[in-house]
Amino acid sequence: MSYNKKLTIGLACASALGFGVAAWAGPDEDNLVINGEIEIVTEAAAPEHMEYVDTIYSGWRFRSDETQAVQADDFDNPSMIFVETAMEVWDTVEGTEGKSCSSCHNDVESLRGVRAVYPKWNEKAGEVRTLEHQINDCRENQMGAEKWKYTGGDMVNMVSLISMVSRGMPMNVAIDGPAQSTWEQGKELYYTRFGQLELSCANCHEDNYGNMIRADHLSQGQINGFPTYRLKNTKLNSVHARFKGCVRDTRAHTFKPGGPEFTALELYVASRGNGLSVEGPSVRN
Amino acid sequence: MALTRRNMIVLSSAALAATGLGAMPAFASLAEDEIAKLTGGADVGSGELSLTAPEIAENGNTVPIEVSAPGAVMVALFADGNPTPAVATIKFGKLNPTHVASTRIRLAKTQNVIAVAQMEDGSFQRAQAEVKVTIGGCGG
Amino acid sequence: MASGVKPRVKVPKSAAAGETITIKTLISHKMESGQRKDDDGNPIPRSIINRFTCDFNGENVIDITLEPAISTNPYFQFDSVVPESGEFTFTWYDDDGSVYEEKKAIEVS
Repeated sequence: MSYNKKLTIGLACASALGFGVAAWAGPDEDNLVINGEIEIVTEAAAPEHMEYVDTIYSGWRFRSDETQAVQADDFDNPSMIFVETAMEVWDTVEGTEGKSCSSCHNDVESLRGVRAVYPKWNEKAGEVRTLEHQINDCRENQMGAEKWKYTGGDMVNMVSLISMVSRGMPMNVAIDGPAQSTWEQGKELYYTRFGQLELSCANCHEDNYGNMIRADHLSQGQINGFPTYRLKNTKLNSVHARFKGCVRDTRAHTFKPGGPEFTALELYVASRGNGLSVEGPSVRN
Repeated sequence: MALTRRNMIVLSSAALAATGLGAMPAFASLAEDEIAKLTGGADVGSGELSLTAPEIAENGNTVPIEVSAPGAVMVALFADGNPTPAVATIKFGKLNPTHVASTRIRLAKTQNVIAVAQMEDGSFQRAQAEVKVTIGGCGG
Repeated sequence: MASGVKPRVKVPKSAAAGETITIKTLISHKMESGQRKDDDGNPIPRSIINRFTCDFNGENVIDITLEPAISTNPYFQFDSVVPESGEFTFTWYDDDGSVYEEKKAIEVS
């Protein structure tokens, strides 16, 4: 099995790079309106800092009509089961301080807009932090509760809930000021080839988006839709879990979810989506 | 998703690699056996029964299908390339006016999804749709 | 009871007498097919929702037998007529003997 698996991954990448151009299909022309009311911007002019791409597209535009339809209605979107679980957790007191999320933040709607600006510079900590870092900071220091596993179920459910209340707002992470050096680091990672297959993020998601990588329609690798419910593993997937999967598939030692490399990469990749709507929790293949 | 001929060649070679030998075990007869058991060997016609499924599934783990069976009391669904072909059996109650149902199913590989409906008069109808199950890219 | 099983149903709050309405249901369940093996190569036993029913005021709308080929987090969409005000009862039956029930009232004018 492992031999065959490697062989097929090798084939996949060879076919993407070798035959990609023949299969150009680009993003489709569909519009996404969730529940008939939340309009989602899935196409926008690329932010100024992007040198090689003129137009940015949500990954939703690269999926089949059937997959797209699942995200257009919150009942059809299986993510929402997990969001409902997170809503209960939101009000559940945990830890030594006798607090729940709602003790400080009241209704989760009060966090509308938060997802759109993360990862974000944290002045007190003197570092760029992801939403997951911030949630664990709250748990540890405000609630006196145990930290959640960075890519674990509790965490990805909560990130999905916080993301959901920002749906439709434009992604707008800051890349200047104190965040700039982290952003530069992320950019460096994005263009660095990793692994035995010597692939960078850009090789697939900048040079070849719209092409087929074996049977899969390559997107721009935007993360405005995260967390995302994947039909493949039928659960919510976090940004760093996805990064890890990508790096592993280049046959490289991957970085640690929640670590400084992926945090920098997340800031950079998020900034490539500035202007697209927050979409998570989305549905992908 | 546009599949060019060249792409299909790549696809099928990938499929060969994935199965190791490229041998397609003949599970199709298993499904036909079950259908024969269900109908008791009676003639199976076609009619208003219809089955809607994507031509190409982005992932075989979650494939949306819809069956429409006006005049049927029961519809059995089969997937002839799965290790066990039975998928679901739907009985429509008195309050069900349309006899339409949708669900999401697992398909192990490219295969036929088959619906067999038993009508109010005891006769049977059949409809089927081929779904191509693609193997993802790097997939993660 | 299998852990983390959570049903969701979507039924309109009101309808006209005799109107046909569309119902959607989803339940979080891993639907372990019995076909998979664990890391040591031992088969993971089947554990699925094997039956789903929907009734309105005691009258059946749909009765479905599920096999392992139904995807994780089983989803169904179907129609019902609503002759009068009343209550829908949705019932899911787990291989482990658990039964999950959800009710939704509808106002018919």
